Amino acid sequence: MSTQAAVLLRFRNRPWIWSFLGAILVWALAVVLAGGHGAWPVFTTALAFSAFTVLVGLGQMFVITLGPGNIDLSLPANIGLASAVAMKVMDGADSRIALGLIAAIGAGLAIGVVNYLLIRLLRIPPLIATLSSSFVIRSVGISYGRGLQIKPPQAFADFVLARVGGISILAALVVLVSVLAGVVLARTIYGRSVLAVGQNIRAARLAGLPVRRVRLVTYALCGALGGLSGALLAGFTGGSSLDVGAEYLLTSIAVVVIGGTSVTGGMANVPGLWGAAFMLFMIATLLNSSGLGVGVRDLMTGLIIIAVITLAGGRRQLR
Amino acid sequence: MAAPVTMVAEEPQPTRRPAIDMRRLFRAALPALSLIIVLLAIDDFNPRAISYFGFNLMLNLAIPVALATAAQICIITVSDLDLSIGAYVGFIACVTATWLPTAPLLGVAVILGSIVVYGALGALVQLRQLPSIVVTLGMSFVWLGLALLVRPQPGGSSPDWLTNFMGLHVPYVPFPIVAAIVLAIALHFILIRTAFGAVLRGAGGNPSAVARSGWSLLRIKTTTYAMAGVFGSLAGLALVGVSSSADANMANGYTLLSIAGAILGGAEFIGGQVSPIGAVIGALTLQLAAVALNFFHMPVLLPGFRIPPEWQVGAQGLILILILAVRALINRGDA
Repeated sequence: MSTQAAVLLRFRNRPWIWSFLGAILVWALAVVLAGGHGAWPVFTTALAFSAFTVLVGLGQMFVITLGPGNIDLSLPANIGLASAVAMKVMDGADSRIALGLIAAIGAGLAIGVVNYLLIRLLRIPPLIATLSSSFVIRSVGISYGRGLQIKPPQAFADFVLARVGGISILAALVVLVSVLAGVVLARTIYGRSVLAVGQNIRAARLAGLPVRRVRLVTYALCGALGGLSGALLAGFTGGSSLDVGAEYLLTSIAVVVIGGTSVTGGMANVPGLWGAAFMLFMIATLLNSSGLGVGVRDLMTGLIIIAVITLAGGRRQLR
Repeated sequence: MAAPVTMVAEEPQPTRRPAIDMRRLFRAALPALSLIIVLLAIDDFNPRAISYFGFNLMLNLAIPVALATAAQICIITVSDLDLSIGAYVGFIACVTATWLPTAPLLGVAVILGSIVVYGALGALVQLRQLPSIVVTLGMSFVWLGLALLVRPQPGGSSPDWLTNFMGLHVPYVPFPIVAAIVLAIALHFILIRTAFGAVLRGAGGNPSAVARSGWSLLRIKTTTYAMAGVFGSLAGLALVGVSSSADANMANGYTLLSIAGAILGGAEFIGGQVSPIGAVIGALTLQLAAVALNFFHMPVLLPGFRIPPEWQVGAQGLILILILAVRALINRGDA
């Protein structure tokens, strides 16, 4: 019993281990159920899909790390709008890919800035600010993208879907982005400020940190990452769709929480995002291949998230 | 009010209020004022809507929304937030339309069981000190999944007594208005007038103080969540009574509407400050605002202009932001 407790305690200090253990477990289960086949393809597919989850999750992680109450609920609407913007600006032409990417990131960035302005000027919790803005963004997206059936430029689709030896190029790039994000968090003034604000906003302010600027940059960053994901997803799925971001509301928060980032802020965990994204994808695959309906899948996803947060959450409060 | 908006501090500072506070008064009147403005707009766009039958039609769907808002108010009272109420109302609607007409015992048992689950969630949130947002977000998937299991395809039927009740014809005053008034008074009584309600609001404002004076926070959270479950179940019943069939996704928008209604009604997000009457008015206002947008036309300025249907959601968001902006302006002097 006591050794168990010791192991548990050690795991608690490295919460991301859980997500990887879970992912490996579900992966093994999927492979066993498939009769020992498909271990590698399942892994590479998971890698390709997890790239998007992690990209969106990174932004959400920075926001959540800002402290209690900080959350971005406008991400799904943001992703939907950005996917439409990207496809419209690219207009199917290879020469306009960069322009489309910049436009999508710009749209996301603008949404992030507006979100922060709402939080700041109306003095409302981020939850409500991003919720209200998501209503508006959604309408903008619907009226902007109405009847939009533009295919992504061939080169863009090729790039997003490209694989070398089974490994998605995009996923490899997102791994690099994650490493960069980890370095930013741990080594830069901005990253340390995000953590400091999340641990104690008052102390951060008294210590002379530019709290407002840090929060502004973080919401803008999250928005921009959402915009980028929207553009990439449009390339991945062969066209823009407003609903392309719908699943990222829960997933973006879930991967952050499951990945061991403290929901009360002040402590972020980048590797955990990957473990959690893997795990969620594997679970979805497993439930899909088991022939269970979408109802059971939703049910299981919800229960797993609650179970994980019950096991891992809450206690790691810094005060 | 003349100072530049950028001067607004980020965190509300401790306040000292004068004896008679005009701002507070205005803030309390804000929900009613919004309702009057929306009613005037409807009267201007389509005078025939302001009638007994007009209100019956316009406010039919307001009852389930108001009940969902009541559920949300319970959760907001203890400074939590429920992101699963929409999915829950959809689930209860599916249970109601599927089992209540044919297997009433089973239906009732499932609904009661769901309320128990809601209460258990409150206990879980309290025991493990979990953020309610994440737990309820997870639960929204659970309820949606269960609703899909109960009713994979839209359909079902409403038990006769429920349809009859929701279609009740009260002389002179349309039934939805009667229902809203009853709900507002009941909620106001529970949360504001009783000692128990005061404890609940205290737990939202200063949990450790309430705990130290001997109240069990566990019991408080369980009770408030269970109350939310009761109101959410009533919302599901009312929804089936009005629409006489059910679909797992039919009430997804209620999560946002209920939060918007509560805020419109004057609830603060933390600190246990809620206004049940305001919340019910807020729910009615949002419902009527959607109708007003349908009627919207300005023959002189913009001939032939109609608000496109895709802007319905956006308009609700804008209204919410507008209300919050007005409130921020009112609160400015306080801080």
